[in-house]
Amino acid sequence: MSFEWPWQYNFPPFFTLQPNADTRQKQLAAWCSLALSYCRHHKLYTLDVMEAQESPVFNNKKIERKLSMEAIQVVFEQLSKKGNLEWLDKNKSRCLVMWRRPEEWGKLIYQWISKNGMVNSVFTLYELANGDDTEGEEFHSLEEWMLLRSLQALQTDGKAEIITMDDGKGVKFF
Amino acid sequence: MDRFSWSNGLLEINETLVIQQRGVRLYDGDDKAKLDVGVALLSTHRLIWRDVKNHECCIAMPLSQILLFEELAAGLGKSAKIVIHLQETTVNKEPGPYQNSKYSFIKLSFKEHGQIEFHRRLTEEMTQKRWENTPVSQPISAGTSSQAGRTRAVGIVGIERKIEEKRKETDKNICEAFEDLSKLMVKAKEMVELSRSIANKIKDKQGDISEDETIRFKSYLLSMGIANPVTRDTYGTGTHYHMQLAKQLGDMLQAPLEERGGMMALTEVYCLVNRARGMELLSPEDLVNACKMFESLKLPLRLRVFDSGVMVVQLQSHSEEEMIASALDNVTDKGSLTAEEFAKLLGLSVLLSKERLLLAEKVGHLCRDDSVEGLRFYPNLFSTA
Repeated sequence: MSFEWPWQYNFPPFFTLQPNADTRQKQLAAWCSLALSYCRHHKLYTLDVMEAQESPVFNNKKIERKLSMEAIQVVFEQLSKKGNLEWLDKNKSRCLVMWRRPEEWGKLIYQWISKNGMVNSVFTLYELANGDDTEGEEFHSLEEWMLLRSLQALQTDGKAEIITMDDGKGVKFF
Repeated sequence: MDRFSWSNGLLEINETLVIQQRGVRLYDGDDKAKLDVGVALLSTHRLIWRDVKNHECCIAMPLSQILLFEELAAGLGKSAKIVIHLQETTVNKEPGPYQNSKYSFIKLSFKEHGQIEFHRRLTEEMTQKRWENTPVSQPISAGTSSQAGRTRAVGIVGIERKIEEKRKETDKNICEAFEDLSKLMVKAKEMVELSRSIANKIKDKQGDISEDETIRFKSYLLSMGIANPVTRDTYGTGTHYHMQLAKQLGDMLQAPLEERGGMMALTEVYCLVNRARGMELLSPEDLVNACKMFESLKLPLRLRVFDSGVMVVQLQSHSEEEMIASALDNVTDKGSLTAEEFAKLLGLSVLLSKERLLLAEKVGHLCRDDSVEGLRFYPNLFSTA
């Protein structure tokens, strides 16, 4: 299934940061949703700002428009404000993209656990993300840091507890 | 008598005494002066008179003031006199015993004779004009002592005095320069007056002016600009002048504005107005000030300043909404437009068409695509979608 671009992607003004505040707000909202859905479609968890400029998201070769570095920064800041992005360094050159926030992931995992009646069972993180049971689930092959973050979110809700085991981490659901 | 000013009776550096004569009484014209009998001194530069008893009472007058003089022989009970005819008083004369006088001549009455010798020496001095060859250019007057002091003064005080002297000189020069200018203005007004009266005559077809001559004269007037330009001189400075100017602009600009779609850049207005005026050119400042008065005068024109600082004159009927609507219509029609394309479409200047597009963008009807190909405007699909 190929990625379906939104209509804005072929609209040249989309690639110019709009000076009008209202227009810009709508434009940025569109950019945020495009960036997230693109990452989700391609299961991207980290982004490099320098590379991002060359990625098809921000560079439409068909209409020969690309979003400027400054504009990309603005979009990323907007994403970070919404809680969908976290910077990995102070220079803001790499970032984590969370097209689903940890709490949302946690909820998904917990739903699957309770659906399959596995409350009070212990899992290793590997089992959860790469095990045969979870195949076909959205959180299958979720990156470990993301998985850990979502389980931590569950832990604060009192629905899980992370345990340290000999060779890695495990989790018990309540 | 008003040509005389108070003096300390001391001679200037380059001045030398020629003759002195006791027992001389001064007459202001035909009237006896309110001064006693005294000593008349003739120097190379001045005619000096000093009271015989009170030596502090001393007056002087530069010889350059003398136009001509004549001897009046003594008569029965009358002493011999010398009548001296004088020039008009200078404007900023030093104070003297008389501030003004109805006479333009004075008489020296010689009670103790000596008029013959005095007259001879005066004639000599007036022909030699030795005062012209000395470095002292200003009329020597009561300022003598301070002037002598000036040359002596050294150090900071001296420098300060020099500067002060320079400033006074400059002041004088400026005054003179502007005097010329105002004279010119008066003459110019006469010229305008004249051309108007001739124009009126032509209009009334008075006299035997042929059709050809009429046309020729009218073309002359046209080449000179408006027949009766409003000038600073006729209306004074400041607000009143600008108000009149604003009214004139209102009449003038109506037609050109309508031709240009209701809006003109101020620079364009400036060129147009000054081309029409021909001679009585407007300063940009006056134009702006006049344009600022449109609103208070309830004229159908408005001065408008765009966010970018561009100033335009527009018809009042030319509303913003219409402008924005037309910009949006045109852009929607063509899909997208640059300022240049929009200008061509509307017959406007690029500057103004860009302002319109920016205005439409500001209210959120348009959005921009700023690429290497230039700035293009698109309908704002972000808001509508």
